Amino acid sequence: MPQDVLKVAMPKGRIYKQASDLFRKAGLPIPEDFDESRKLIIPLPEANMEFIMAKPADVPTYVEYGAADIGVVGKDVLLEESRGVYELIDLGIARCRMSVIGLPDWKPLMHPRVATKYPNIASRYFRERGQQVDVIKLNGSIELAPLVGLADRIVDLVETGRTIRENGLMELEKMFDVTSRLIANRVSYRMKNGPIQQLCDRLQAVIELGARNAAADGGHSKVLR
Amino acid sequence: MSKPKVFEKPNGFKDYLPEAVSRLRAIELNVLACMRSWGYRQIITPTLEYYDTVGLASSTPNERLFKLLDKRGTTLVLRSEMTAPIARVVASLLKDEPLPLRLSHHSNVFRAIEEEAGKEAEFFQTGVELVGDGSAEADGEVVALSIACLKAAGVRDFKVALGHVGFLNGLLEAGLGGRPEEQQALKECLLKRDYVGYRHVLRSIDADERFKAELEAILRLRGGREICRDAERYAHSQAAQESLRHLCEVWDVLDAYGVNEHIVIDLTMFGNFSYYTGLIFEGYASTLGFPVLSGGRYDKLLATFGRPAAATGFALATNRIMEVAEDDVRERPHRVLVLYDRKHRAEAVRTAMELRNRPGFEVESRFVGENAANGLKVQGYDEVIRFL
Repeated sequence: MPQDVLKVAMPKGRIYKQASDLFRKAGLPIPEDFDESRKLIIPLPEANMEFIMAKPADVPTYVEYGAADIGVVGKDVLLEESRGVYELIDLGIARCRMSVIGLPDWKPLMHPRVATKYPNIASRYFRERGQQVDVIKLNGSIELAPLVGLADRIVDLVETGRTIRENGLMELEKMFDVTSRLIANRVSYRMKNGPIQQLCDRLQAVIELGARNAAADGGHSKVLR
Repeated sequence: MSKPKVFEKPNGFKDYLPEAVSRLRAIELNVLACMRSWGYRQIITPTLEYYDTVGLASSTPNERLFKLLDKRGTTLVLRSEMTAPIARVVASLLKDEPLPLRLSHHSNVFRAIEEEAGKEAEFFQTGVELVGDGSAEADGEVVALSIACLKAAGVRDFKVALGHVGFLNGLLEAGLGGRPEEQQALKECLLKRDYVGYRHVLRSIDADERFKAELEAILRLRGGREICRDAERYAHSQAAQESLRHLCEVWDVLDAYGVNEHIVIDLTMFGNFSYYTGLIFEGYASTLGFPVLSGGRYDKLLATFGRPAAATGFALATNRIMEVAEDDVRERPHRVLVLYDRKHRAEAVRTAMELRNRPGFEVESRFVGENAANGLKVQGYDEVIRFL
């Protein structure tokens, strides 16, 4: 029955490869050359699934409206979008952090301005700390803003910190850690409970195994040293 | 924002054209008839209420209420749901009526929304309230009625999930008694449906490991009757046990109604904790991303209006149901056009009036000038009668 196909919203780009690796480890028959495809909807009949390739920031929207049953999305997007979806598992992939970044000689200003791709997250963060700042929404190359005087600080994702350093900026405060999450639509979570729970269990097993192996590896190398 | 264009409506408000209205009305009438056949009688309450009474008592968050001021500067709200207004009526106009009271309602309700497409600021709710009966029988009756209403509305493939706020409350009180902040943090995660956050908070709490494992395990308590049994091993406190017993009994009541094929038990479902006090439920149609019905027991609300009483009820989102309902709930009307000229007026009008008495007939009459008879557009009718 086509109705029972589980529709999965997958984020195109950075997270996709890690997510598909994880799904593959969990036993899903995802072909390797999958990501090179330009198709927007990719059927996975063997797993009774269908991948919807979406822009990462749109994944929670597809899931909230039920256009997709479940989805993979970064915590940064979830916090920015505040959608009514279930956040089921921390997939532990695409690990990075949201931070406040500025020039190394940054000092508090009378009228602070913060540039970011995440205006909701930034406003909430500074408000909770009792600071009133003007938030400027930018769509990319956020690091440019403090360099050209558009803003005195930026709020952005930091993975290795290389881009920041190369542009002569400094991470002033870490706001929170970010990983990708498995999310589910409110109705699908109940109507398709069986397949969703099964997928969760398999993913969880892979994630826990990965964590244990990492811990064992750590122990092992210590002994060797 | 720039000045609205002439075709624009405020964000989140909709027009309904004749075709949609006839579908919507058919669904409403079928649902209200179903409620009436179960002994629920309809009442109507005003569109505006005082903020300090109904506004504060309602389950709608403050920021989602539409507020306005009357001439004296008193804050009014556009009704955001029907339960609080009905509680007000039960405690005032109906205060001498013996309980239990069975009331139904149908109206438009208003919620202020974020600036975004797809969410509605005004929508239709059809529902019931059963006031003055706190038993599992009453909970079962209301859930069974909600299922009958979904069927009457023409929804084919649906499920109703049952939960109980007392189960989690009992669990938390037993394991984290006297630590309201930590309880609150856990509840807020569940309310936001954030299971990842819930596990994070659990891990950070300093408590018995077995208790923490149990609190994590309850996230899996979803399924059929067996869940009542599975959940027993976590229910160490009396409150949690009583909640489970109550839930099982509701299941048995629903068994008697013969509707269990539509029911799932879901102890991971949590409603608004400060509002709901017992059994809660939500209905889902397979092709729609949002719930089509929600309800539950709210035993504390009536007391805020001065007449403490147990109460439960639900509301159907009628306009959402319209999107999924099968078409056969409405009978297609037989549309007739009667054309006439001055000479045949009496005959034509008499015929039209006669036909209008026939069930399912929609009869338009149209006066045709002496020389326009041939150029008339008469498409879209099942029958055209000419008196020319």
